[in-house]
Amino acid sequence: MAEFTLSKDADGVATITWDVPGKTMNVMSFTGLEELNACIDDALADDAVKGIVVTSGKEGSFAGGMDLNLLAVMKEQAGDDPAKGLFEGTMQMHALLRKIERAGMDKKTNKGGKPIASALPGTAAGIGLELPLATHRIFASENPKAKYGLPEILVGIFPGAGGTTRLARKLGAMGASPLLLEGKMLDAKKAKGAGLVDEVVADPVAAAREWVLNAKDADIVKPWDAKGYKIPGGAPYSPAGFPTFVGAAAMVHGKTQGAFPAAKALLSAVYEGLLVDFDNALKIEARWFTSVLMNPSSGAMIRSLFLNKEALEKGAVRPKDVPDQRVKKLGVLGAGMMGAGIALVSAQAGMDVVLIDRDQAAADKGKAYTEAYLDKGMKRGKVTQDKKDAMLGRITATPDLEQLKGCDLIIEAVFEDPAVKADMTKKVEAIIPEDCIFASNTSTLPITDLAKASVRPDQFIGIHFFSPVEKMLLVEIIKGKETGDRAVAKALDYVRQIRKTPIVVNDARFFYCNRCIIPYGNEATRMITEGVAPVLIDNAARQLGFPVGPVQLGDETSIDLGVRIMKATKAAMGNAYPASEADDLIVWMEEEGRLGRKANAGYFDYDEKGKRIGYWKGIHDKYPLADEQPDLIEVQERLMFAQVLEAVRALEEGVIEDIREADVGAILAWGFAPWSGGPLSWLDIIGAPYAAERCDQLTEKYGERFTCPPLLREMAEKGQTFYGRFNPDAKAA
Amino acid sequence: MTEAYIYDALRTPRGKGRKDGSLHEVTSLRLSALTMNAIKERNNLEGHAVEDVIWGNVTQVMEQGGCLARSAVLASDLDESIPGLSINRFCASGMEAVNLAANQVRGGAGDGYIAGGVEMMGRVAMGSDGAAIAVDPSIAIDGYFVPQGISADIIATEYGFSRDQADALAMESQRRAAQAWEEGRFDKSVISVKDQNGLTILDRDEYMRPGTDMQSLGSLNPAFQMMGEQMPGFDKIAMLKYPHLEKINHIHHAGNSSGIVDGAAAVLIGNKEFGEKHGLKPRARIKATAKIGLDPTIMLTGPVPVTQKIMADNGMAISDFDLFEVNEAFASVVLRFQQAFDVDPELVNVNGGSIAMGHPLGATGAIIIGTLLDELERQDKETGLATLCIASGMGAATIIERV
Repeated sequence: MAEFTLSKDADGVATITWDVPGKTMNVMSFTGLEELNACIDDALADDAVKGIVVTSGKEGSFAGGMDLNLLAVMKEQAGDDPAKGLFEGTMQMHALLRKIERAGMDKKTNKGGKPIASALPGTAAGIGLELPLATHRIFASENPKAKYGLPEILVGIFPGAGGTTRLARKLGAMGASPLLLEGKMLDAKKAKGAGLVDEVVADPVAAAREWVLNAKDADIVKPWDAKGYKIPGGAPYSPAGFPTFVGAAAMVHGKTQGAFPAAKALLSAVYEGLLVDFDNALKIEARWFTSVLMNPSSGAMIRSLFLNKEALEKGAVRPKDVPDQRVKKLGVLGAGMMGAGIALVSAQAGMDVVLIDRDQAAADKGKAYTEAYLDKGMKRGKVTQDKKDAMLGRITATPDLEQLKGCDLIIEAVFEDPAVKADMTKKVEAIIPEDCIFASNTSTLPITDLAKASVRPDQFIGIHFFSPVEKMLLVEIIKGKETGDRAVAKALDYVRQIRKTPIVVNDARFFYCNRCIIPYGNEATRMITEGVAPVLIDNAARQLGFPVGPVQLGDETSIDLGVRIMKATKAAMGNAYPASEADDLIVWMEEEGRLGRKANAGYFDYDEKGKRIGYWKGIHDKYPLADEQPDLIEVQERLMFAQVLEAVRALEEGVIEDIREADVGAILAWGFAPWSGGPLSWLDIIGAPYAAERCDQLTEKYGERFTCPPLLREMAEKGQTFYGRFNPDAKAA
Repeated sequence: MTEAYIYDALRTPRGKGRKDGSLHEVTSLRLSALTMNAIKERNNLEGHAVEDVIWGNVTQVMEQGGCLARSAVLASDLDESIPGLSINRFCASGMEAVNLAANQVRGGAGDGYIAGGVEMMGRVAMGSDGAAIAVDPSIAIDGYFVPQGISADIIATEYGFSRDQADALAMESQRRAAQAWEEGRFDKSVISVKDQNGLTILDRDEYMRPGTDMQSLGSLNPAFQMMGEQMPGFDKIAMLKYPHLEKINHIHHAGNSSGIVDGAAAVLIGNKEFGEKHGLKPRARIKATAKIGLDPTIMLTGPVPVTQKIMADNGMAISDFDLFEVNEAFASVVLRFQQAFDVDPELVNVNGGSIAMGHPLGATGAIIIGTLLDELERQDKETGLATLCIASGMGAATIIERV
């Protein structure tokens, strides 16, 4: 069955329908491009055809974009010269879209072309919008769920099928920048306002037919193909355009901290493109697009943030034979900040939630969190009264454990004390059905130990949320020693219901995420004790693409939490605990009452409103600034290796079973340098031999914690990569 | 080696570079030609008297475009057999013209040159010639581009100069310039600008504000804080480049930065034979010249490395110089120079500088060489160093020695 089909009617309208078999939404493939080309050639050559409508056979959508796996295929098929293959492939795409845009019209007079309109039943993204942008008029449906935009930048590339060049020329640098640089998807009304689509109508196909039958020669000439074209907002070297481009370069630089090559390449394509004619601009776009695809960062980002994230969300690691485990009634134990957040996201996903705390007031307070959240949404016009009533109606706040009867999943989020948790487990298990799965949201206590309190340890599991629950995209699922497949399936089906991304790890101290985050924070604290300027540490992290630096993160999560975790770890590890100056620093900070943001005093000083006003200089009374500050790279590598070596050890120890989870988890849980594709992708980019060598140097200079893990050493010797060694079958872009 | 001497140096007064500035009605061409004519008349340069006219000019578009140097030679009373060369090294263009001319003479390519420059900042706006470094992501992003005002504030932050220090320097520049004018120290070098009927248009620097005090300076708002902290946020880029900085201290404003003005200057340079042929007495020897590139983000610290270079090249120490001219592009540039070499501020910019009198970009380099020479003569001292910071991270210097 074909992906594009052509039909012609008696009125002289040719309709090209995009309908990829077996997919709920169209994606572009090589076959698709060839078929579209053939359809266009046929329709343009047929004298009986007066106009062409391009539409989709999918209900509610036009197309989701390019099949990103294709980019890898294009690279591979080009043999020794992948850049050539990518460039030529891209230029072929340009030729096709340019053929559509010119529609057979005369080069000089711009006359005699056939009107081509796009009729979008709904969502159009990436090349799914770049194709319509090449046609002469875009009719979008009123479909309220539809979104339109060019989100390529979010996976580390940029619109490379003419979208960049066309949008820059259509809207000018100022108008196109937010759409291209932020990858915003807009609803139909906003898309029209922004100039992404031309008209929003009830029946796009009918409107498009009508239009192509009535369009005049002048209606189908793009402004940039007509005489006297002026770039909206001004060309780069015009009095109006110059400051725009000065500002654009500065803002892209400042915002991306120089860490995302795609944004810079995109801006270069826009700037250089606007200095020449349209066809040369497409060539320039193709060259920059190729350079981004050739950069290992884009492949890693596509792999982790698109392909693998989606695979994990669709159940890549779910036990296959377990039937549907979707949750109907959820019990949440503990209505504190985490419990309240869990209740919120679960009610939002349509589950009935019983929110338990020790008395009615405490339970109500937890439910009030959801109410406040909905009130905020109502103020912004995003939540209706009906939706609010329905969601609040699904949450039962009560101290009465008997209400947990009929629950099929329990998530315990009580105080981090094994005895308290054990007590709750026993009491609740006596009430809930026998087949109910019991999960703990602990962030620090081993699941296997907690499971000892359960009479059904195979139904006991860890579901670790991050704070704030409603904002954080990742959920870490932890298997205890005896956790069974049904519990894993239950947890995964639940996470899918609340539309978050899961990773599944085996039980070990701090599981996976905290295991990596804690040494990262510790490394920063150690540096402060060595006299490294806190600002240098935070800036070093930000330039690696972390949203906040580790010192600032310390204030956000609070110093006393750090002290508590440190003391608990020390108690658990005994003599094996590697004590350091970093511990003394946080203990001292706690004694000084500098607990972080919540105390309006931490590594930073704050004003009365809680706004950071600068790093606390008093810290240097105890830990004086070193006269000679280290190089940025040195600070960055210490911060990076502190994290990635833990990821490798987690893999070595079997905490991580699937390397995709290590990478996706790191980016979503703690914002690990997204441009790198995650800790293991980063090691692949820098290469195991270099990584092993750096480990040795860092160990000699800073201590045993940088010891090269045997796995990494072995990979260095064999010249292996993580994605080569552990994930040979998964397609990587 | 042949020596290059300065035989004459003169300049126009500096007019405010805006509509109500006195020189606003004068074209770049006319002001250039008028300056060349003055050199010609004062030194009897008939026929093919000089090898070339090297003319510094930064914004080479519109009336300043199309090789203004040649147009101006043709518009002047100089012989048409004398060609013309427009050059641009931003703020040091006028100095580079002098240095190029001196080195041509030293190398034997001709006996005499006119070197100088012009900038009509009120007529041809600074930046209107475009600049890839500010807008092309390949260099603007990779090169951590920030505008000069931000660079000046980075210098203040990095080297610890306060707003008060900058304002005090500005106040002193005004005081010295006023005193110099009062005592007629510029008399032999400033020509008056006259119209085609011989009527005087301007004969005195008009940008100065002699009454300036700390209080009036203190009331001015920082000029670069907005673009640094908000739109488009250049401070972020500064901190990307210098990650040890927590914030940028915005101390510069209109009162402690150089003024936007119109003006031109010319220097007559030649070898010994040139002087003999025209019956001229050399006033100073151009002992050495230098230029250097440096980090383009902090951009304006050039006077320090270029001075280090010129001293090393010539086996000199900072104590070998009797006087200094360090262009007052921004107060922090001069403060940094004084800090780096620990020189007595009394020896630097003795008669004020660009903060008080203005900075006509293409001309300033030639102006300060003339001012330095005048002051060496007035104080009967020997050796002087003139230096400027330059956009995009460069520095230039000239050493002159009285003969």
